[in-house]
Parts: sequence; C-alpha cells; structure tokens
Amino acid sequence: MSKRIGMEIALAAAEVAALCRPDVIAAYPITPNTHIPEHLAEIVAEGHLDCEYLPVESEHSALSACAGASAVGARVFTATSSQGLLYMGEIVPIIPAMRLPIVMALGNRALSGPINIWNDHSDVMAVRDMGWICLFAANGQETIDMIVQAFKIGEDHRVMLPVLVNLDGFQLTHVVESMIMPDQEEVDKFLPPRKPYATVHPDNVVSMGTLGLPEIYTEAKKAEDEALINSKKVILEVWKEWEKTFGRKYEPIESYKTKDADVIMLTVGSMYETAAIAVDQLHKEGFKAGLLNMKLFRPFPADELKAAVKGARVLIVTDRAVMCGGAQAPVCAEVKSVLYDEPVRPAIVNEIIGLGGRDVRVDDFIKMFKKAATADKVKPERAYEIYGVRSS
Amino acid sequence: MAEKKWPETWQEINPGLMVFKPASARSYLTGGWRAQKPILDNTKCIKCGVCYLFCPEGCITEDAEGYFMADLNYCKGCGICYHECWPRAIKMVED
Ligand code: SF4
Ligand code: SF4
Repeated sequence: MSKRIGMEIALAAAEVAALCRPDVIAAYPITPNTHIPEHLAEIVAEGHLDCEYLPVESEHSALSACAGASAVGARVFTATSSQGLLYMGEIVPIIPAMRLPIVMALGNRALSGPINIWNDHSDVMAVRDMGWICLFAANGQETIDMIVQAFKIGEDHRVMLPVLVNLDGFQLTHVVESMIMPDQEEVDKFLPPRKPYATVHPDNVVSMGTLGLPEIYTEAKKAEDEALINSKKVILEVWKEWEKTFGRKYEPIESYKTKDADVIMLTVGSMYETAAIAVDQLHKEGFKAGLLNMKLFRPFPADELKAAVKGARVLIVTDRAVMCGGAQAPVCAEVKSVLYDEPVRPAIVNEIIGLGGRDVRVDDFIKMFKKAATADKVKPERAYEIYGVRSS
Repeated sequence: MAEKKWPETWQEINPGLMVFKPASARSYLTGGWRAQKPILDNTKCIKCGVCYLFCPEGCITEDAEGYFMADLNYCKGCGICYHECWPRAIKMVED
C-alpha cells in the first residue's frame, strides 16, 4: 500500500526509480541531481535492486551506455543536470531518433557561464527540440509520480521515446517534502516489465542507428516528429490510468482559479506553487488572477493551451531561461506562435524570472500581475522583460 | 514487384530507421561515388596483399593465382590502395 513519507525529493526520486525495477542505470553525479544516482548506487550495492549500475567516467559515457542498454531491451534510468546534460549532448538527439526508451530525471540547473549551480531551465531548453518527451514536476509528489509514468509512456510501442522528467534543482531536489510513495506491488501492477519492440541480439538480426542518406533523412525526421506528436495520446491514457489507480490527476496544463480570470499567468515547474499563493492574495483584493502550469512541454500541448487562456484579457508567460539574441524567451515564443491564429487572444507579457537561482517571491508575482493588468492598452516596450534585473 | 531501394514515404519507415534485413548494406553500391578507379598491373604486383588490407571498403579480393582485384560495384575510388602499393603496381585513372 502507498505510504506517506517525509523525504528529500532527490532521494524519493531514487527510491521510486528503484521501484520501477530498472535493469541498467548509468549516471554521473552532478549538482543538483547528485543524490539521485548516489542513492540508487546505495540501493543496488545493498542488494535491494537487481540492476547493472554503471559508474561511468562522464555523462557522455552515461548516456551512451544507456542507449546501448535500451537497444538490447533493458529498462534504463539516468539522471543529470546542466553541463552534464550538455556533455551528453552528442547522444541526446540520437536516442529519440533510434526510438530508444530511457527515463532521465533532470535536476534543472542554470547553464554556465558564469558558473552557477542553482536553478533555472536553461539546461532543458537547450535540448527541447531534440525529440524527447518533456514532463515538468511542480513538487515532490509529481516527481515520484512522473518517474513511474515516464517508463510506462516511453516504453509503449506506440511511443518508444525517451522521457525527461524535469524537477527544479534545489527548489525540488534538495527540499524535504511530505509525499505519498507507492509500494513495490502497486508499481509492479502499474508498470509491467518492458517488452522491447526489437533488441540487438544475434538471434534476431536488426541494425539500429543506421545511416540516413539525403534520400531518406527527411522522411526519417518526419516519422520521428510524428512519433513525438502522437505520443500525447498515450501520455493522456497513462495519466488517466494513474488517476484511476492512485487518485492523483495529471493534465498537460493544470489550471488554478482561471474561471472568469482577467489576467492569467503561465508557469512551468515549481514556481507554480509560489505563484498560486500570489493568486490567492490577489483574489482577496478583488483582482481576478488565474494561474496555469504546464506539466507537458513536449509534445507541446497547443490545444489545451488555447482552451486554457480563453476569455483572459492578459496572459503573462513566465520563462526560466534567456533565448540570447532571440525574439522572445523560449516558452513564450511557442505560446505566441500557438495563439497567433486564434481570432481572439489575450495580450501577452513575457517575464523571464528566477535565473540562476534568483528567488521569486509571492510579492514578485503580485507585482507582475499588477503591472501586466494594463498590457492590453499600453504595449510593453520590449517583447520580453528580465524581471528584477538591476540596471542603472 | 522489384524491391525498393529505400522506403518511399515516411509512413513506410521502420521505427528508428531500424533495418531487419541482414547485410542489407550490400545492396547499396558505393561504386557510384567514384571519380577515379584503380588499375592493378599484375606484371608489377608482388602479391603482398597490402592493398587488400588497406582498402576501407573491403572490396579488394584475391584471385586463384594470388593476384588482387577491386570490385568496382563498391570501390569508392579513394586511392588508398594506390597510395599504399609500394611496388607501384596500382594507378588511378579517370572513370
Ligand atoms: S599492394 Fe600492390 S603489390 Fe601488393 S598485392 Fe596489392 S597490387 Fe600487388
Ligand atoms: S580506390 Fe579505395 S575503395 Fe577502391 S579499391 Fe582502392 S582502396 Fe579500395
């Protein structure tokens, strides 16, 4: 039976990953995801999990080993952050292209430089278009749940794609939270052993990672794009089943007090919970604020977004990364492109917040809401603002 | 129906571009890449087999008399055999 526990979220992520019975774990610890592979190494060393744990010499090797393990049919788990993800970079786009399911917990951390170990989303945004399914946890409970869901989604033969479970570095990885942990029996029932579509084995001849000549590369890319788009059906199915089994509901975009909301804010990740407190306070003042949280980022939930912002006068899109030299920050760029064809759409304000671990407090969110309230009349000077930046 | 060289449409592609036919790379004739071809002169050849060892395509084979020849279906014309053949028994000519 599920049990309520109080635990650091990174440790809980390791515990639940172990409950998923991975056959192979290859990881290289890097702040702030460190406790995930570290604790998994302990679990394996103590004999609680029958698993090949590969303490490789780099992230490049970690993800390469994961690719090979997934190709022979293993259930595979890994974890990293920031520069570690970039060091994996060469392998990152190959895995979805080869349709190899792997689950990766990404403890989101700012990219260097300047060197910084704290939280923002510049790491995941650097790989967002490389073909992985992208889920964002807003708290510890969602981290636990999404790791189990991710295996079931990724390994489904209609999907066969790697899944990134994003959890904010420190804000989540290092926080002790009260969470409900499923037990082994429940996880086993929800997540049967992987049945690989094909495995590299001398008895069943298959070539994986074949050459894509100009005559076939275009079609191969189209097939990969379609696979990611179509994975949404399975994601929604798995989330339905999760709700039925465990009673916790998951949707691509979660909404909070958006009914009749005048100004709506969109968050991605753990900022959601702080912003929700701001929304509550604003409601007390009679300010009709609403909040959305994007749990599914790839494939991009375009239809859900259009439905979620209907009726709002202003939409504030928060971003946790700078798209240097770009027209907009990454999440907002996509939101705008989705809403462009809508006959009626809200005025859009783009606030880049919480870079490199900068705190964003309740009163900051209140300020953003109040400032944005006039955005449909007074056009903001720039397409985006880096909130709270000190300037002279 | 003649077998297709590669899938026509994106829907026909195996997931991950997996190929289930063994040794299917053989059906792709890399000889078409060639601009020059090697000519092996048996009067100069000492049957050392260095060309056979160095050919990156593995397309040089030994005949019954111990001389070597390139399979032009696969020879890419890289000229490595020409470069390595120290008795100068190989020359590259326009194809
Ligand atoms: S390298 Fe030259 S000499 Fe040696 S076997 Fe080949 S052709 Fe003959
Ligand atoms: S030219 Fe290159 S490919 Fe052709 S036979 Fe010589 S070494 Fe082989």
